[in-house]
Amino acid sequence: MSNLLWVTILLPFFGAFILMLLGTSMPKKVMGAIGCATVGIAWVTALIFSIYHLAHNPNGAVTVPLYEWMAVGLLRVQIAIYFDALALVMTLVITFVAFFIHLYSFQSMYDEEDYRRFFAYMNLFVGSMLTLVLSNNLLLLYLGWEGVGLCSYLLIGFWYKDRNNGIAAQKAFIVTRVGDTALAIGLFFLFYYFRTFNIQAILAAAPVLLPFAGTVITAITFLIIGGAIGKSAQIPLQTWLPDAMAGPTPVSALIHAATMVTAGVYLIARLYTLFMMAPDAMLAVGFIGSVTLFYSGFSALVQRDIKRVLAYSTISQIGYMFVALGVGAWTAAIFHFVTHAFFKALLFLAAGVVIDAQHEEHDLFKMGGLKNKLPLTYWTFLIGAASLSALPIMTAGFFSKDAIIWACYSSTFTRTWFWVAALLSAFITAAYTFRALFLAFHGEQKMEVSKYPGSLMKLALVVLAFFSITVGYIGWPELLLNFDPFGHFMSSVFRPISPGPLHYARGAEAALLFVSAFEVFTGLYIAWRYAKARRWAGVVDRSPVARAVHRFFFEGWGFDWAYDWLIVKPFKAITYANYRDFIDSIYLGIAAVAGLISKGIAASQTGRVRNYAAGLILGAVIITAIVLLR
Amino acid sequence: MNNVTTDAALVLAGILFVIGAIGVLVRRNLIFVLMSVEIMLNAAAIAFVAAGSKWNQPDGQVFVIFILVTAAAEVAVGLSLLLRIYSQWRSVDTDEVSLLKERSNE
Amino acid sequence: MTQLFYASGAVAIVASILVVVGTDPMHAIISLAVVLLAIATIFWTLGAPFAAVLQIIIYAGAILILFVFAVMVLNLGREERAREKSLISGVIWVLPFVLTAALLAEFILVLANRQTMPAVAVVGPHPVGESLFTTYLIGVELMSMLLLAGLVAAFHFGVIPARLGEPDE
Repeated sequence: MSNLLWVTILLPFFGAFILMLLGTSMPKKVMGAIGCATVGIAWVTALIFSIYHLAHNPNGAVTVPLYEWMAVGLLRVQIAIYFDALALVMTLVITFVAFFIHLYSFQSMYDEEDYRRFFAYMNLFVGSMLTLVLSNNLLLLYLGWEGVGLCSYLLIGFWYKDRNNGIAAQKAFIVTRVGDTALAIGLFFLFYYFRTFNIQAILAAAPVLLPFAGTVITAITFLIIGGAIGKSAQIPLQTWLPDAMAGPTPVSALIHAATMVTAGVYLIARLYTLFMMAPDAMLAVGFIGSVTLFYSGFSALVQRDIKRVLAYSTISQIGYMFVALGVGAWTAAIFHFVTHAFFKALLFLAAGVVIDAQHEEHDLFKMGGLKNKLPLTYWTFLIGAASLSALPIMTAGFFSKDAIIWACYSSTFTRTWFWVAALLSAFITAAYTFRALFLAFHGEQKMEVSKYPGSLMKLALVVLAFFSITVGYIGWPELLLNFDPFGHFMSSVFRPISPGPLHYARGAEAALLFVSAFEVFTGLYIAWRYAKARRWAGVVDRSPVARAVHRFFFEGWGFDWAYDWLIVKPFKAITYANYRDFIDSIYLGIAAVAGLISKGIAASQTGRVRNYAAGLILGAVIITAIVLLR
Repeated sequence: MNNVTTDAALVLAGILFVIGAIGVLVRRNLIFVLMSVEIMLNAAAIAFVAAGSKWNQPDGQVFVIFILVTAAAEVAVGLSLLLRIYSQWRSVDTDEVSLLKERSNE
Repeated sequence: MTQLFYASGAVAIVASILVVVGTDPMHAIISLAVVLLAIATIFWTLGAPFAAVLQIIIYAGAILILFVFAVMVLNLGREERAREKSLISGVIWVLPFVLTAALLAEFILVLANRQTMPAVAVVGPHPVGESLFTTYLIGVELMSMLLLAGLVAAFHFGVIPARLGEPDE
């Protein structure tokens, strides 16, 4: 039965394989069917096994080995799955969301020439992501980690004929590479101290082997954080995600919203024991998360491209997850991952419909009035936006975001800034989300609708919208309802439970709930007024200070500019200066000497018989002399 | 009474050979070059005869016959080539016939 | 006998020098004839009468005639002969002289360290003939093939266009 999980992982790889090698002559419908079917069957098998697992062994874990990958000296690495509550949640969410995104792209990407390549890469991605979350050892996890990075690069640069897409893909890959290198070094350290890559073994041995809050464990966790912030686009490695919107919209939905960017969150959650032993690292995680979520909200507020708004929003929401991890609220972080996967994928897919309908136009200010033309899209986008803004009770986002805010307030690991930032940016989140909604769907229509969504696309939107509402109901806060099966389920993984007695203060929790609810409505109202009146657009233009601030936010607070001046330009200057360095001149010198010798010898080929005869006789003289002198 | 020593014969052969070699190295006219080669061949023949005579064997003279044949074939072919060269280049100067010269900086 | 050897040796040397420094091809051929005859005499004094006779018959009597015919066909004019003189004057002799002098010195050095023996035996035509038909039979056959090849080659190359002095084809 447990081998069913291997079907889950391997089937997408198999699909990718088939599409890459054998798919050139298939009709498009077959290609798309293969692409969707593999992920769908993967979901079904994951579901079956999850039900089985829940029925027989809900609080335990199971390891499903396949074979031994390498055995070199002390290094013994297996290809094996470790399936516990965390893995169950991750797998189900990934396969489910991926399946519906595949269905959506079956229709939305249908006119593409490279249809087959698209599905091959998407399947490859799903396979790698599942490898990442299901592996039982860090080396296999790293394999999945690199695999998703590769697929991200391939899919961002999917329309490779436009050079800018290639540049964006390179930027994504290089920036995440910085993180990957840090992670690799962290893995080296881990192996050095623990002599194994097996995750559970490391987690069990860590408290015994290494001193609490010592330099070693802090260094290791900081390196792991380095890897996580690269993949999850947190400060300072977040610059690649807005540019990654150059890829097709389903790609943005799957990779850069729901799954790959959450790999960092998964990694930290998985290795939570190590982090609990390094308070400095936890503080760093929380700090990074809180700063990121705050900063990217401002950037999202001023973007023109609808996908960039959502990209900065993703950065911000993952910042929430990081903050949750930083205060030890592992369950809350994973809960937010689940809800975020649904509503963010939904928002991206709906944005994709809008973009398709507006002649591939991304600029919000050129759209408008689509509310009546694309009603289903409008309502699903609205639901997604509401969930993102954490509209109370009615949306899933509320439950997860509230859990995080409460944990930020009450945990023993927290700092004041964390929950203040989380609370404030809830307001900004609502503002920018509804700004996008109002600009795109309300007001007067500026462009005719060029393409209406197909039936599969609408199905995906509806399903994701449904879950954006309902998936939150598995984790109620204690104040409102004593029904938290999700929390109980996850507590089997995160043992001991999230640290510190979450001292229960009804008043504080109620206050927080009200404040966040208030913010949602305030943000919505402000966005509505803004979209209606557009008075403030004039304010920005008239004052140079305001314009500068606006530009500052627009360009992501100058990170790209700073990286360009601090890293890229010096690096390029050094390489150009080193273009003809002295090592080059050694090799050029050797070549020049060889050329000279050749010219010299060539001069002896005069073409005259006399000279050649002279050479003969000279040779005879020399040889005879040698013989004589012996 | 014959007191000719082998060494004397060999020295004579050497001197004639060297004279022929000088002719090959110095002369530009192809006819003279061929004639100098003939002198060299004859010098070698003298050496063979001297050796054969010393050991009282006919092999030396047999080799002289071989040298003779070789010289004949060589002269036949060489002279016909000489005539062809003259018909093409209008001169028998070996320095003119140097198309295989290495040309650098092309 | 010994004096005859030294005398014909001297004649050969002088005549070959005349060949090498000569300007007129015809005169040089005559000198070459003298060289060949002198060498024939040397053969006889070294006890190889058969070789001597063959030398005269084949070398001086056939090969030299080929030279004569070639020179006659070429018909180089007077200006050619004058030019020839200018070509072989001056410093052009230095390097070849040095080179060949070194070679000669080496030859003599090689001979210097051994005991010298008289070369007295007269080997007549009878043993030579026997050797040719038994020991060196293959050599004889090969020589005949060489002659055939030379014949064919000379015939092939010898087809010169009708008017001498024109480039072929």
